[in-house]
Amino acid sequence: MPADGGIGAATPRREDVRFLTGAGNYTDDINLKGQAYVHFLRSDVAHGTLNNVDTASAEEMPGVIRIFTGEDFADVGGIPCGWQVTDKHGEPMQEPAHPVLARGKVCHVGDPIAAVVAETYEQARDAAEAIEVDIDDLPAVMDMKAALADGATKVHDDLSSNLCYDWGFIEDNKAAVGEAIANAAHVTTLELVNQRLVANPMEPRVAVGDYHRANDESTLYTTSQNPHVIRLLMGAFVLGIPEHKLRVVAPDVGGGFGSKIYHYAEEAFCTFAARALNRPVKWTSSRSEAFISDAQGRDHVTKIELALDADNNFTAIRTETYANMGAYLSTFAPCVPTYLHGTLMAGNYKTPNIYVNVKAVFTNTVPVDAYRGAGRPEATYQIERVIDKAARELGVDPIALRRQNFITEFPYATPVAVEYDTGDYTATMDKLEEIADVAGFAARRAESEARGKLRGFGVNCYIEACGIAPSALVGALGARAGLYDAATVRVNATGSISVMVGAHSHGQGHETSFPQVVAEMLGIDPSMIDIVHGDTARIPFGMGTYGSRSLAVCGSAMVRATEKIIAKAKKIAAHMLEASDADIELKDGQFTVAGTDKSVAWGDVTLAAYVPHNYPIEDVEPGLEETAFYDPANFTYPAGAYACEVEVDPETGKVTIERFAAADDFGNIINPMIVDGQVHGGLGQGIGQALLESCAYDESGQLLTGSYMDYAMPRADDVPFYAVDHSCQTPCTHNPLGVKGCGEAGAIGSPPTVVNAVVDALQSAGHNVTHIDMPLSPSRVWQAMQG
Amino acid sequence: MSQVSMTVNGKSASGEIEGRTLLVEFLRENLGMTGTHVGCDTSQCGACVVHVDGKAVKACTMFAAEAEGANVTTIEGMANEDGSLGTIQQAFQDHHGLQCGFCTPGMVMSAAALLADNPNPSEVEIRDYLEGNICRCTGYHNIVKAIMAAAGHDVSKIAAE
Repeated sequence: MPADGGIGAATPRREDVRFLTGAGNYTDDINLKGQAYVHFLRSDVAHGTLNNVDTASAEEMPGVIRIFTGEDFADVGGIPCGWQVTDKHGEPMQEPAHPVLARGKVCHVGDPIAAVVAETYEQARDAAEAIEVDIDDLPAVMDMKAALADGATKVHDDLSSNLCYDWGFIEDNKAAVGEAIANAAHVTTLELVNQRLVANPMEPRVAVGDYHRANDESTLYTTSQNPHVIRLLMGAFVLGIPEHKLRVVAPDVGGGFGSKIYHYAEEAFCTFAARALNRPVKWTSSRSEAFISDAQGRDHVTKIELALDADNNFTAIRTETYANMGAYLSTFAPCVPTYLHGTLMAGNYKTPNIYVNVKAVFTNTVPVDAYRGAGRPEATYQIERVIDKAARELGVDPIALRRQNFITEFPYATPVAVEYDTGDYTATMDKLEEIADVAGFAARRAESEARGKLRGFGVNCYIEACGIAPSALVGALGARAGLYDAATVRVNATGSISVMVGAHSHGQGHETSFPQVVAEMLGIDPSMIDIVHGDTARIPFGMGTYGSRSLAVCGSAMVRATEKIIAKAKKIAAHMLEASDADIELKDGQFTVAGTDKSVAWGDVTLAAYVPHNYPIEDVEPGLEETAFYDPANFTYPAGAYACEVEVDPETGKVTIERFAAADDFGNIINPMIVDGQVHGGLGQGIGQALLESCAYDESGQLLTGSYMDYAMPRADDVPFYAVDHSCQTPCTHNPLGVKGCGEAGAIGSPPTVVNAVVDALQSAGHNVTHIDMPLSPSRVWQAMQG
Repeated sequence: MSQVSMTVNGKSASGEIEGRTLLVEFLRENLGMTGTHVGCDTSQCGACVVHVDGKAVKACTMFAAEAEGANVTTIEGMANEDGSLGTIQQAFQDHHGLQCGFCTPGMVMSAAALLADNPNPSEVEIRDYLEGNICRCTGYHNIVKAIMAAAGHDVSKIAAE
């Protein structure tokens, strides 16, 4: 290992210095010479016929450059969806048009109607108020089940109904599952809601479009998790700009959590308008605007049945879920309730029969797409809540019931189409019991009760499919693109290295952890290595960061490219040392002829690669730069066990998280400090979902939680210090680093843990409460206690 | 438009503003000091916290004109004179108290105001003080830990609690 920070070192993050000194370069920090500002006039009704948009008065306002409406985008494509789900009858999903600016109809509060470009932001905003919009209100389609009734108002007139798809997984297993449930010794049924959330990265979205007429080049600076994906979607499907004329830059990005994966209308608008006006056009979202224009998350309504035999072995799971798509299909939306949810319904358990039905529904709400975890939190929540309810109905220990049903042999092919390569769920549960001090709970409960508080203990297991994604598999499942990644390792003449990666870092610390891997492989100091990310002009290709994929997929590409570098560098060293390249060993940055003291240093070899006096040019091409693409053979399967202790105030229903412990198996770890931080953040968001957060609309489709005044974000005093452990490591068997991904685990595993603990607390006081829908606000908990 | 003048990080600064120009807009747009961030429009998130005459202020709740003649400190003024990280900044790096970095300037400025007022805050006091600063990345664990460390607490046992 290099002296200061290869694989496994808790290296402090190099990106921190710029963030801590105000020297970050976020998209809103970019101001281009001559830039104009755009303000979007958005629909204030959820559903209506858009008769006319009169911009005449507004165009006379000071500073207005041009006002765009939907008609201006008649000749360009709509916002595309990246995934095609096939329904249980073998038919493709229904897919509505999604114009850049509304045409003929508005479909949710926040749907952009017009865009005012002016000399200043204030002038654009002032002029937007002078636009006269003629809308005939239509009834808002809000409730998913009502939306599917015969004669229901349709969100999209040209579709046959509000049903996007009715998906059965796996349809051939349905009869066997029904039979297993009919023959079960016990069936536990639970109806639950996984409420709609708003991702809320602290940086609102921003887009700056730039255009150089002389060479017909467009540049988009945008708050994106995956600039190459934006370039592909926007260039090829919306604006018709070929890649060599379109650069997409995602500089420092202030968090994403999924919401910055997708291609948004505002990005296409700024790129389009910059070309039309021949000057830069900038849009900065306000937080209020983010609440009605960023893709939202979750919003599943589910009934789950768990069947057990007389010995408490799980025999079948059957679920029926209504999944809200919102008004349009966001980039990944169709795959979230299906292939990121149905495929995980086995959880950590050897349940032989599983059938998942999902009805995806259009409503007059903001589009819903992947939010941290994406489908996997919804799956975990159902499984772990119904197991906990079953344990209570059967009078068995929730931990024992889980242990009894754990998958213990790997690889394990689930009945829902995926194969877990490795894992040890007993080990993570053992570790959890240790770090959560389960044995000490009774004493802590007694102490709480002595203070008049109810104390509950909840446990939970999770598994997730990360390292998204094996391209052939997801292609068969409907992805319109493979999901591999790429890296280019460029070794400079004096030995320093730039690694161009397709993954994007927006909090994950890639600039620190990725060099640790390359430094380990080459035996050189990590400070000689820089990561380049977030710019399509500097990076050949990549698919970005989401689904806990960066290290498992892009990191693997980086390893493959570095292996090519080593192979070529050994050839050059062999020439310099007058030896056979098969005899060259690389250790601690020195190339040595095996068994001799003849060696040459890393920097001498790299110099020889570029500016040699004597070089075997006919055998080895000069230069030292290699690219590799990596397509994972399978998903990775991080898994773990979480425990939570809550106190409930019986007078008010207020829940306090007293202790939280997480034992995760992420396979091998590159930087344990960063991994801890990723888990902490996921736990914070999951606890937020469990206790605080809910995106609520009224029946007319108005958003009731449109700011931080109403949408309860978790604060520092809502959460405790967390005990996290990732010493249980079963390395991934199919990627070169043995890594699994850690970004989403905390958000997946924590909501059911908290709810299980609250139900335990209430039952300990004799309340016959079996379930409360999240968020477990004081009013909901108090009402539940009233019976 | 009117003229406003103030001292920012020890240097005099002035510019043309509208009456509605917020202090944070003056810092970011007029002065080009983009370290202070805007994360919401309802004064909840705290990404824009600066110090005005020694007091922590959300720069989105104050008109630039109100800061006429004031002494303003921003995140750009928190490093040591030699450019090295100040005590709180260094504690945030040492304890991984930031991820995406967007809330970080406000967190550091709030922490500095807290420690100026209460040099030895407890965990509970720190969590309570950060009520006005939202972070979406860290789950607050390492932010609280970093501030405790900056205050001189032994934080080595926290992770194992």
